[in-house]
Amino acid sequence: MSRRQRKARARHAPEPDYARRQALVLGLLLVGFALLLGRAFERQVLEHEFLLEQGQRRYLRDLPLPAHRGQILDRHGEPLAVSTPMDDIWADPRHLRPDHPLIPELAGLLDLTPEALRQRLREAAGRGFVYLRHAVRPEISARIAALARRQRISGWLGRERTYRRFYPAGEVTAQVVGLTDTDEHGIAGLEKSYDTLLAGHAGLRRVIRDAQHRILAEVEQVRPARNGRDLRLTLDRRIQFLAYRELKRTVREHRAQGGSAVVLDARNGDILALVNQPAYNPNDRRHLTAKGLRNRAVTDRFEPGSTMKPLVMASALDAGRVRPDTPIDTDPGYLKVGRNLVRDHRNYGLLDATSVLTKSSNVGITRIALEFPPQDLWQTFHRLGLGQVPASGLPGETAGVLPAWQGWGRFEQATHAFGYGLSLSTLQLARAYTAVAGDGRLLPVRLVAGQDAAAPERVFSAATARTLRRMLETVTGPGGTATRAAIPGFRVAGKTGTVKKVVNGRYARRRYQALFVGLVPASDPRLVMAVMIDDPRGKAYYGGLVAAPLFARVMAGALRLLGVAPDALDDAGGRLARAEVSP
Amino acid sequence: MPPIHLDLAPGARANDSPAARLHLDLPLLIGLLALCAAGLAILYSAGGGRIALVEAQAMRMGLGLLLMAAVAQIPPPWLKRWSPWVYALGIALLVAVMFGGEVGKGAQRWLNLGLFRFQPSEILKLAVPMMVAAWLAERPLPPRPGTLAVALAMILIPVLLIARQPDLGTALLVAMAGFFALFMAGLSWRLLGLFTALVAAGAPLLWHFMREYQRQRVLTFLNPESDPLGSGYHIIQSMIAIGSGGVYGKGFLEGTQSHLEFLPERTTDFIFAVISEELGLTGVLVLLALYLFVIGRGLYIASHAQDSYGRILAASLTLVFFVYLFVNTGMVTGLLPVVGVPLPLVSYGGTSLVTILLGFGMLMSIHTHRRLLIA
Repeated sequence: MSRRQRKARARHAPEPDYARRQALVLGLLLVGFALLLGRAFERQVLEHEFLLEQGQRRYLRDLPLPAHRGQILDRHGEPLAVSTPMDDIWADPRHLRPDHPLIPELAGLLDLTPEALRQRLREAAGRGFVYLRHAVRPEISARIAALARRQRISGWLGRERTYRRFYPAGEVTAQVVGLTDTDEHGIAGLEKSYDTLLAGHAGLRRVIRDAQHRILAEVEQVRPARNGRDLRLTLDRRIQFLAYRELKRTVREHRAQGGSAVVLDARNGDILALVNQPAYNPNDRRHLTAKGLRNRAVTDRFEPGSTMKPLVMASALDAGRVRPDTPIDTDPGYLKVGRNLVRDHRNYGLLDATSVLTKSSNVGITRIALEFPPQDLWQTFHRLGLGQVPASGLPGETAGVLPAWQGWGRFEQATHAFGYGLSLSTLQLARAYTAVAGDGRLLPVRLVAGQDAAAPERVFSAATARTLRRMLETVTGPGGTATRAAIPGFRVAGKTGTVKKVVNGRYARRRYQALFVGLVPASDPRLVMAVMIDDPRGKAYYGGLVAAPLFARVMAGALRLLGVAPDALDDAGGRLARAEVSP
Repeated sequence: MPPIHLDLAPGARANDSPAARLHLDLPLLIGLLALCAAGLAILYSAGGGRIALVEAQAMRMGLGLLLMAAVAQIPPPWLKRWSPWVYALGIALLVAVMFGGEVGKGAQRWLNLGLFRFQPSEILKLAVPMMVAAWLAERPLPPRPGTLAVALAMILIPVLLIARQPDLGTALLVAMAGFFALFMAGLSWRLLGLFTALVAAGAPLLWHFMREYQRQRVLTFLNPESDPLGSGYHIIQSMIAIGSGGVYGKGFLEGTQSHLEFLPERTTDFIFAVISEELGLTGVLVLLALYLFVIGRGLYIASHAQDSYGRILAASLTLVFFVYLFVNTGMVTGLLPVVGVPLPLVSYGGTSLVTILLGFGMLMSIHTHRRLLIA
């Protein structure tokens, strides 16, 4: 071997185990390669499925496709609640660090102080995702997106489409329309009771997204987004505005604790306006209070007082027990019922049935009511919707209280007749009068247009309703308790009520609730309106002084808005107009 | 007969190919070119199709191959004579970098020479085996204890300097280079056993000398799932990339983990994962076969070297090349902890590429400057 010879020529002694060393090296080398191959085989063949799936989980993402919530509209399609597109701005704090030179400009766009923005990024340090601000207007977010593109940081700073609820009518429709939470779930009002109908159903799309959250491609639409359906109400936004403005004014003028008013379409029971005080601005939730959230017109009950009298009278008319001119003796201004005394303000002497309503005589109505068996009176009240929820579709409706007739003594029967010992809501009060406004049938109330309503139920005869309306016109006429409810050019039928307020279970001294309920035009009513002013602390507290003027102002405006022809013009033209109206 | 002509490579006469006349070893050259080509192709994919990246790397390869050819012209005795000077220069630069080096990625490794930056530790990957081989080849083999002690010092001084930077990967490679030189010089089996035992016993001790990030790497290696978004992220993403390749791979340019940028360091240390994902087990087999061929040729050259210097140097350089490969692929496949070692000839980056090709130049020189006696 030449190598051996060369080795021999070298100064060193030859190494006998040189070949063994080479063999060892070669062996170790092959073991190394085998290990590598074995490892690759393990990963790529044995764990292939698992690791493949792990990989897909990292780049395939299911992202929601936003769907917007349905609008709430008034009867003419005017928006009362709309979902406006907004963007949430997010960033990757691993890249967008608090010391990034863009922070001041970005903070300006986000309407934050640079320090607040830095703080937000610091708090999220180490995470890959943080929301910088929710609900940024699209024109602002577009500028942020453009900035990110210019600076080539789109992968770390982006926007996500969401929707935010906006209420164009603000506090005017606050309790009716209600509220949604930040996830757009209804939490109050119609937003709550019609949540399933209004709610949009977000879709799902599968996308390929890289490690920087950039969406590279859409693989498929797993589920299309389904927008919520619109909810059209029977409310007339114009009348609602009018009623709200006047209610707010009245409550302030009389330093009342609150109040509510309901306007119904006398022909079909549609709720045209439903307003409350106090209210709140649903677009600014920082000042929400339980008081403001309460939809008093449907959730609060009160004793109806004298506003019950016409309904008792109608019952008597219907049964043929009285006629408008039936004489009723109220002398000497009080009446002993069992061991209790029913009193009038003063001794009205001998009245006819009509004057019992005009003067609002407790003694007179007691004499009439006591002629009935209690179950007959109870039956009438029950048919008028007392003690039952009006089913307008608003959440939290009260049924009011109508005690069972079996428990009525004669004194209870008397007090029920002038509206004590039972209670109802403003909506129930307005609804009860639809039986007087039309042909004697009680109308179902409706807040959502197109909703199937129960059939109207007859309570009185058409003739009774007509007669009673004529009797009630005297209330707003000279010598009546509600001259301030009069509307020039229109005949107005109505009834006042002034009840002692119950505070902590007993009647409080000098605390009242002022009521008025009325119908216009009395000859052929188009509108029914009930007003309740809670605890007016000014000089006046009578329903005729506090509630009636509000009624007159709202109705005058509403009649004009609806183009209702006047039925009470004093001159020749007026008579002509009246002739035209009546068929 | 006059004495055999000594100036020309006698090999050229025996195998009179153009490559041999240029002192190039054809099989080795082919293997290296194939690896370089594969590297450029996969870099094109891993870099997201940026041709500029491939061009830059191709330029470095060209430079490296030219240097390799140049070194191949230098006869081994010259290399042997220059070994102490190269070694001294390397140590001097290491000391210089300790005081005036630039800090990059938390370690002081770089020396800025104005025109370009480079890591002096790279020189030692060649200088240590050269020096140790030159030292041992001059003395009786197997080495006597005194000789051995000096050789050990020659290895340990640069290793400790590099480990201080800290650059554990390079320190490991330099130590391995020196150790292989000792082994091929005939380090006695008993001492070898003793060394192995010492290293095994010293491993737990090493823990105390490690920096926090190094300890973390070891812990992560033992259980990558403990911190999947932090230190375990690299290795988990790498596993996923490799595993999702399967037997045939997802196809060239089709790798999702790398192209969607989930895989970190995909053009450098983790490029093996890109290959595995896109070309599958098949691609891995082909690549490892290429490496095996190059390494096999290196060992063949070592075993046919005519003197101890050539034999020790060639074997040491070849084995270091293997360690490069093994540490990198072992790290990427989860066989070893994360140590920053590139995949030789394939990973993007210039310094180690040039060093490796210079080493292969020496191998070619050793092989093509043999003197053959006509029997």
